[in-house]
Amino acid sequence: MKARQVLVPLAAVVVFLVLWEALVWVMGWPNYKMASPSDLIPAYEKYWSLFLIMGWQTLWRTIVGLLLAVIFGTGLGMVMGFSRTMRDALYPLLVGFNAVPKATVVPIVALMFVGWHDFNTVLIAFMISFFPIAVSVSIGLSTLEPEYRDILRSLGASQAQVFWKIALPKTLPEFFGALKVSVTLAFIGTNLMEIVSPHGRGLGALFDSGKTNSDYPLMFAVLIALAFLGIVLYYIVVALEKIFAGWADRTV
Amino acid sequence: MENLIEIKGVRHSYRTASGPLPVLDGLDVTVPEGGFVAVVGPSGCGKSTLTRLVAGLLIPDEGTVNVHGTRITAPRSNVGMAFQNPVLLEWRTILDNVMLPLEIVPNKLTKAQGEDRARKLLALVGLEGFESKRPSELSGGMKQRASLCRALIHQPEVLILDEPFGALDAFTREDLWQTMHKVKAEEPFTGVLITHDLRESIFLADQVVVLSGRPAKTQFVMDIPDTGLRTLEDLYTPLAAERLNVLRHQIEVAQGRVAA
Repeated sequence: MKARQVLVPLAAVVVFLVLWEALVWVMGWPNYKMASPSDLIPAYEKYWSLFLIMGWQTLWRTIVGLLLAVIFGTGLGMVMGFSRTMRDALYPLLVGFNAVPKATVVPIVALMFVGWHDFNTVLIAFMISFFPIAVSVSIGLSTLEPEYRDILRSLGASQAQVFWKIALPKTLPEFFGALKVSVTLAFIGTNLMEIVSPHGRGLGALFDSGKTNSDYPLMFAVLIALAFLGIVLYYIVVALEKIFAGWADRTV
Repeated sequence: MENLIEIKGVRHSYRTASGPLPVLDGLDVTVPEGGFVAVVGPSGCGKSTLTRLVAGLLIPDEGTVNVHGTRITAPRSNVGMAFQNPVLLEWRTILDNVMLPLEIVPNKLTKAQGEDRARKLLALVGLEGFESKRPSELSGGMKQRASLCRALIHQPEVLILDEPFGALDAFTREDLWQTMHKVKAEEPFTGVLITHDLRESIFLADQVVVLSGRPAKTQFVMDIPDTGLRTLEDLYTPLAAERLNVLRHQIEVAQGRVAA
């Protein structure tokens, strides 16, 4: 990796923080209206152990939800990609399911599985993030040019060989595109549940306690911590994409 | 010479929403071992259906397709195919693309032997030095050359070419015609070539079959008994002009523009 690839985004972050600080200072906003970056440092100092514990809670539940979304979304995408009947049958259901705002589902799930905090948080993270994966995999498979299939089938290849040798690798760029969207969606899902759920844990619960105690810098500090986790997970996906679907990148 | 491919009285219809659509109706084509037959005909007359029949990807409603005296009822590993779209796998190098059939077809080659053979074929078609490139780094003509190597790597009994040069510019196409002659001399095969290009058909094949309009039947057969090395100059002789005229007329008949 070149120095430019690290320094340029880092400089952009610094510029962003300076502008934010300047905006709050120029407007003379009190920290309950808008906390400035300099207000956040004391919040992190005071609650650093909570940030570590809660951050880990949020992170692992998001990742588990995301993994479930990958497994289920890929499976569903395969079913819809290979079978026209299944595609016709499942698409309206899937679109309808996705159209329901998850914020409205959160209280229902929180009540349904009351006390199972880990479970219902993972469930919402999963529910909110599998849709893009299922759609991208199904489109990737159903748009496979027939010649690709014929090349292998004329050699006597089985359906499984066609899938592993051609359909799967050919779908990977679309899959990773969807996964990048799903990563951020899964974070939204986890936090919705953490905030809404009584006696919740994770960064969402920390945010909620900041609200209850009118600790506004803490609330902003949680937002920044969430952004940080989001960036980390996103770049993990980017790294995986480079390894498994780097061939699709034509800009290098 | 024994007939390697025998297509007799083939009828086939596709099922569509508005009822069956007959595409082939009385198709007869025979290709002797080592022969190279070009099939020409109006657009949409069922030429590609013919390739799918020979490959065993499609079973005809009526009639028989035999290869080596065995009736084709399912795909067999003894065919190689190349299409107008080179369909190379973008995530593999050219060498790995060419070696793909060896991963499917049962064969006695070790990996090293397979690689040697792939390199030899690539050199034969003029792609030496491009083995580790990705398909996206190659021009259209080069991709088609690689696709041809992939079709030949497992030494298929039958090579099926479905308009492989159709999307190339005229000069690249002529280059590839000459490459085909070179390949056939080094790696003898029995071939079926589907094409829209009459010059291509008389330059490459030793028999040209004209199909009628849909539903297609065998309308006309022309033998091209020329032996020895053919050159592009041969396309500009009175004999070539006469052949092209006859074929041109047959195509117009097939299109229904003039009476036979």
